[in-house]
Amino acid sequence: MPDIFDIYLLEALINGVLLGGVLALLALGLNLIFGVIDVVWICYAELVMLGMYGMYYLFSVYHVPYPVAAVLCIAGVGALGLLLHLLVIEPVLGKAPINQLLATGGVLFFLQSAATVMFGIDFRNLGVRLPVLEVHDMFISYARLLAFGAALTGMVAIYLFLSRTYIGTAIRAIAQDRQIMPLMGVDSRRIYLVTSTIGGALAGLAACLLVLQYDVQPFIGLTFGPITFMICVLGGLGNMVGGFVASFVFAEIISVGGLYLDLEWGYVFAFVFFVVMMFVRPRGLLARRL
Amino acid sequence: MKGWAPWVIAGAVLVALPFVYQAPYPLHIMVLILIWSFVYTSWSVMGRFGLVSLGHGGFFGIGAYVNALLWNYFHVTPWLGIPVAMVAAVAVALAIAYPCSRFRITGHYFALVTLALSAIVLQVITATRDTTGGSLGYTPESFHGGNSIYALQSTGKQTWYLVALGIWAVGLLIRWRVDRSMLRYALEAIAEDEDAAGAAGVHVTVEKLKITVLSAAMTAFAGAIYCQYQMFISPDTVSGISVSLQMVFAVVVGGIYVLLGPTVGAVITIVLAETLRISFGTAALGWDNVVYGTLLVVFIIFLPQGLLGSAQARWAVARRG
Repeated sequence: MPDIFDIYLLEALINGVLLGGVLALLALGLNLIFGVIDVVWICYAELVMLGMYGMYYLFSVYHVPYPVAAVLCIAGVGALGLLLHLLVIEPVLGKAPINQLLATGGVLFFLQSAATVMFGIDFRNLGVRLPVLEVHDMFISYARLLAFGAALTGMVAIYLFLSRTYIGTAIRAIAQDRQIMPLMGVDSRRIYLVTSTIGGALAGLAACLLVLQYDVQPFIGLTFGPITFMICVLGGLGNMVGGFVASFVFAEIISVGGLYLDLEWGYVFAFVFFVVMMFVRPRGLLARRL
Repeated sequence: MKGWAPWVIAGAVLVALPFVYQAPYPLHIMVLILIWSFVYTSWSVMGRFGLVSLGHGGFFGIGAYVNALLWNYFHVTPWLGIPVAMVAAVAVALAIAYPCSRFRITGHYFALVTLALSAIVLQVITATRDTTGGSLGYTPESFHGGNSIYALQSTGKQTWYLVALGIWAVGLLIRWRVDRSMLRYALEAIAEDEDAAGAAGVHVTVEKLKITVLSAAMTAFAGAIYCQYQMFISPDTVSGISVSLQMVFAVVVGGIYVLLGPTVGAVITIVLAETLRISFGTAALGWDNVVYGTLLVVFIIFLPQGLLGSAQARWAVARRG
């Protein structure tokens, strides 16, 4: 192989794509909620954290088989999403957008510290080490491949749901015009509840996949949270295709940046890239320039 | 001028307090309350105009770390280091705020872009661990046994109480002045409707930058002072999203639109955290934030004007009869 095809660079690129899959899943959930309900769940990554704890307890403590635990986890976090909407979002729906943001910020505080109180600050993991695939001296973990595959499957399922079902169509319609659709006889409250549940379920799916690669601790949300928001803003809040593209761009920057320096520098590059892009394309990657 | 007597009396009581009452622990708590009140006031100076920044954790961290690093590596006295730290924070603030304003990044977008800023500062501090000590924290070197005007260090709680009291008073004064300036009317107009304000002759970008620079400089100053007082800083306690959210939270609880709202917020949050810590010991780890989080949600839903804000509004209604 020629020198420019550095084997480590290639490995980093592939790992970037695999990381991008999970990030895209997270971004999809957040974008769906923003696009339809017009609120940003600052605490989105904390739902993922709770899902990861759920997986840990189901799988490692109660010895529930992984697929069953995953289904329970997705359903459980979906229910949390529904609950979040009913308890916190609904009372502030008509209020200033910033109040909605802050209310979910309060939920972030609450969930993070509730997890500290309930589960302690120890790092926990499933204790499962999936084998590592070796191709041409490159090491690619099965956990990441699995995560990538499941994330893509989840996204295709959401796409089919939104484009093929009646309620999916109603969800897309609400996202396009929040005022007109209720006049057309769409029960917007029901749509919001369905969307919140799906958003939560996507966080649950992400939790099942991330728990295979990362240790769980109460502050793990801070690792994924900021990056997810940035992806969504970079793609254009509510723009699902933009979010998808931005996920892979971000993941590559983190992965390749982390190859040459520390992983933290990968994140720093990603953040700086984000800030710079905000000035070049303030309405998102795929938006036309004003 | 009517009604200044209560202020003078309250001020005199606050100044006299450390001479009468000298227990170190309550004084320590009061110093913390005063410093954080100043920080929250700094945030509210711009936050009250709808410019909800989640980047202030970044400015606070820049203030603390630039000052401490200059002292340890180049022996720059904080008398010089603090202004340098403030300039650094202002430069960062301008680099973010100018394009934000030019490209109409407001509301959600503004909050999320500034959130990226505090995340960047936290990550940079952690990533440059060879210089900054990373997540283990950082201590400015003690000078002459920790008591030196040159190094702005003191081990005396009384001294720090008076310094913090002065800083807090200046913070209130700044906000009071802003509330009585043309800037305030311009920014309120901008918060209502940028296009209309622009059409009416308000230079939107310039006015926004003015208030951002003021707020960032104050926050960085507070960061440096916090570092001088605590003589220990760590990335998680002076920067990042949690610190930013903590500022927003305290201000919302106290009342964003009233002068003493941020102070009330600081008193409530710090007293609450300390009470929980003392009554539950290490078992309280996390409980304070459980209460914070719940309170924040409840306040946003039921009392968006904050405690003091709602109380004042009610009082005004009662007085009018």
